[in-house]
Formats: sequence, C-alpha cells, structure tokens
Amino acid sequence: MSRTRRHTWVKTTTGVLLTGIMLFPVYWMVNVSLTRDRDMRKSPPDLLPLHGTLTGYHTVLDEQLPYLGTSLVIGLGTVVLTVALSAPAGYALAKLRPRGGGILGFVLLAAQMIPGIIMAMGFYAIYLRLGLLQSVPGLIVADSTLAVPFGVLIFTAFMSGIPGELLQAATTDGAGPLRTFWSIVLPISRNAVVTVSLFAFLWSWSDFVFAGTLVNGGAHEPITLGIYHYIGNNNQQWNAIMATAVVASLPAAVILVLAQRYVAAGVTAGAVKD
Amino acid sequence: MNHTTQLPDHRSEGVRNGAAAATPHSARSTERRRPASPQWAAWAFLTPVTLYLLLFYAYPLYRNLDLSLRDYTVRSFVQGDAPFTGLANYREVFADPVFAPALLHTAVFTAVCLVFQYAIGLALAVFFHQNFRLSATLRALFLVPWLLPLIVSASTWSWMLNSESGVVNAALHAIGIGPVNWLTSPSWSLTSVIIANIWIGVPFNLVVLHSGLQSIPASLYEAAAIDGANAWQRFWRVTFPLLRPVSAITLLLGLIYTLKVFDIIWIMTKGGPADSSTTFATWSYRLGFGNLLPAFGPGAAVGNLLVVAALVFGLVYVRVQRKQALS
Repeated sequence: MSRTRRHTWVKTTTGVLLTGIMLFPVYWMVNVSLTRDRDMRKSPPDLLPLHGTLTGYHTVLDEQLPYLGTSLVIGLGTVVLTVALSAPAGYALAKLRPRGGGILGFVLLAAQMIPGIIMAMGFYAIYLRLGLLQSVPGLIVADSTLAVPFGVLIFTAFMSGIPGELLQAATTDGAGPLRTFWSIVLPISRNAVVTVSLFAFLWSWSDFVFAGTLVNGGAHEPITLGIYHYIGNNNQQWNAIMATAVVASLPAAVILVLAQRYVAAGVTAGAVKD
Repeated sequence: MNHTTQLPDHRSEGVRNGAAAATPHSARSTERRRPASPQWAAWAFLTPVTLYLLLFYAYPLYRNLDLSLRDYTVRSFVQGDAPFTGLANYREVFADPVFAPALLHTAVFTAVCLVFQYAIGLALAVFFHQNFRLSATLRALFLVPWLLPLIVSASTWSWMLNSESGVVNAALHAIGIGPVNWLTSPSWSLTSVIIANIWIGVPFNLVVLHSGLQSIPASLYEAAAIDGANAWQRFWRVTFPLLRPVSAITLLLGLIYTLKVFDIIWIMTKGGPADSSTTFATWSYRLGFGNLLPAFGPGAAVGNLLVVAALVFGLVYVRVQRKQALS
C-alpha cells in the first residue's frame, strides 16, 4: 500500500469517527425509540437496542397520525403560498428593474432578522381579533413568513442568471411579461423552485413557535405540538416520544437523501434558519 | 456557493462571499443596461409580495409596538381599548429583577455558541476540504442536526441529559464523574442549552465555511508549500486571512440567528430553573404566553428590545456585505 493511499484511509476513518460523534444524538433517539418500557430507567442504559420493541411506534400510529396529517397539509400549503409569492417577485427584481426594487430587497433582508416570537405575538394579536386562532390557513400564512424572504432571495439570484437574449427573443415573438414569466422563466428556474419548496416545507414542518402560539389547543395541531404535549403529559413513555421524534424527522431524512445538492444550496445562499 | 443555484451563465463576483443576498445588487451593476421594461409590469409582479410584507410583517410588528406602549389586560386585549401608557412597559421591564440575568444569559449564550460553532465548523471545514474518499457523503451527513425539527433535537437532548437515566450521566459515571443535574440545576441549565445549540449550529458553519474554502485558489497553497510552510502555517497565513470575508458573514448571520433562539431553550428548560437559562427570547414569550395571567405589554416590550438588537446587527451585516460586493 502506498503512503498516500494509507493517508487517505486514515482521513476517511477519522471522518467516519467524527460523523459518528456528531450523529450520536440521532442514533440515541432511534435507540430510545426501540427501548422497552422496563429498560427505560436502566442504569447504565443499553447502547444497542438488543431487546428492541416497536411499542413506541404502535403508539405513534395510534395517537399521532392526525398530527402528521395536519403537518403535511400545512407544509404543502406553505410551499404553494411561498412559491406563488416569491417567484414573481424574484423575476421582477432580477429582470425587470423596478424603481424601488433595492429598497424592497433590503426590507426582505431585514424581515428575516425579526425574531419568530415577535412575529408570533403580533400574529396572535391580529388573529385573536379576526377569529383566525386555531385555524389551519392562519398557521399556513404565519409559517410562510419563515420562507418568503428566503424564497425571493433564491429566485432573484437564480433568475439573474437567465440570459437576457432569451427573454428578448420572447418579447420579439410577441410574448407579454406574464407569458414570458410563465412559459420561459418559470420552467428554466425549476431548480430554484425545488430549493425554495424544500425549505418552505421543512421549515413549516419544523415550526414550533407559531404552532405553539397560534393553534395550541385547537382541533388541528401539527406534529411539533404532538411531541410537545407528549413531553408535557407523560414523562415516562420516552420510547413513544422518541418514536414520534423519529417519524417527525423522516421528511428531513428523505430530503437529505433525495435532494442533497439543493439542501447545500439553500444553506449557503441566504442561510436562514430560526 | 458556486454549486448553489446552478445559474445558467454564472457570474462569479458577489457570489463568492457565501450569501446570495448580495447577488441582486451586484448583478444589476454588472449587467449591460437593456432598454427599461415597463415599470407597471415590474410592479405588477412585485405587488403580491409587497402587500404580503405590509400585511404579515409590517402589521404584526406595528401591533407588537402598539402592545408595548399600552396597558393591556386580557379584557382590553380582546376589546382593543387599552389606555396608552407610553414607555411604562419598558420602564417596568428595565426595573424587573429578571432583566439583568436575562441580558447576561442572552450575551453569554450568544457569545459562547458563536465561538464554538465557528471554531468547530472551521476545523471540520478544513478537514473535509482535503477531499478524501467518502468526504462528500460524510459532509452531507453532518447536515442532519441542522435539518431536524428543533423540537426533535431539543427533546432528544433533554432525554440524553436526564439526571437519572440520561446517557450523558451514564458515560460520566463510567469514567468516574458523579451525576450532573444538567437541566434541573441552576448552575448547569444554561450550559446544557448552549451544548444543544452548538450541536445544531455547527453544520451551518461547516457548510458555509467549506464553500468559502473552495474559492481559495489551490496555487496559493502550492506556493506556500514550496516556500516550506507547514500545515499549521499554511492555515494561519493563507486559509484564515483569505477566509476573513466569509467568516465575517458567517459570524454575523450566526449572531443574528443565535440572538433569537427560542425553541431549544423553551423546550429543554423553559428558561428555568429559577430563570437560570432565561434569555430575552424566552422571557418575552413567558411574559406574553407562559403565565396564567398574560402580561402582553411587557412581553412585547422585551421582544422589541430583541428586534432592535437584531436589526442593529442586521445593518452591520448589510454594510459588511455591500463592502465585500464592491471590492
């Protein structure tokens, strides 16, 4: 074995070790979710789920499905609203040179810096008056505020890269701005649409602040509140709590496996996360 | 960042600095001016988002400001006829015995999280930059903590740090250290939430700094190696100085996002015990929603102080970014 080869091998091993340490909490979540009730308080705890049980997951299926359904609906609603608002805005900022566009861009940047609890308090005051508390559409609107500024940034950055000649050709062929946007700009921007949709979904799926203030105690609560109530109500059944956590993490896992490059794209661009 | 948005014709300037926010500004100045499109079309495309910003950002913010300037009770909160009291809520907040500890905890939480997230993120970025077998896959796996819902991370850490049955105390026991009451002792609760938050923040630092490293030309390292610089010197003389713009952006964004961390602390400790992990974010929430008798006015006042802090650093961020986009 040559020296450089061995060198790479050492690095790979180190990398695997570091990743293992970093992901230990994730492993532990899975391990606890498979632990039997009577082993839960065992000291020291079992490092491997040798006596694994699926009781926790049965509990999830029995009790948490409505929460998961609500989260799915809210996530999809947030995606649609976010893309519908931010794609046209991105197009205008990137290609149509609106007067005052710079100010709008600045406002969008500042909007991302407002702490979530402040927004939640404001929304609470407004929704209370409008009777929109504990409503799913209300939560969708609130959750979309997590993603719209990010969406505009991504769409603007992406659409500035579309060659001007292409759009001019469309105009020459008689296409108006709306048709150009719908038939040319949007299809080319598929990658940006995917990135924005992924993050809008993930953030609304993960949202706890808005859910906790705006729909707490309502008929339709998302999975984050399902877990939160679990922690509050039964401190003993940690296998069920962790099983719910595992299920709630599935979208993140699916997204990471299927759309890794979009995720890395989103983190580096704008990089917004509450 | 080069791999980020897959632009058809890729401009490199302004994109280098690791945040797409600069791109709209720099793109406009670099592109050849076309005949202006009709303004009405541009604003027709912008109207939805403008209305949205007014309705769902400006108005909640205004409501919050209004809340902080009036004496709200539960009754007047519903009816909307609370008397205007000027800065009374703010005076009350400043005089509150929780104010000083909350300020201290917010500062310590933010500073410690930033330092560790950045240092660990940078070390990992340099390590993964070596491009060994599996490095891309492992780097992607490092994103997991960042992608998980915060409630998932927070409840997992809660159980790991449980005094009697947590795996952390079990590990400490194995090496002969007595149990630590991570979440229930006032002297450890802040440390516990800091540890969990660092874990969540490292991936962001890793990814952004890693993309920054890729923009440093390999020839510089080769030249430094020929001059006899060892790995340590190469890091401090080449990598670190050239990474300064990306570092500034990373740290500023991290600062803004750490200031407003709420979920983790609330889920793990609710700011307790005895306010030992209370920050402005959790204090504001507790005033507004955490008690049986909500104090909306003072809660909004604390929140607005947080908004001001975030916006001040936000302005610094914009300035730094503009400067980088120009240079």
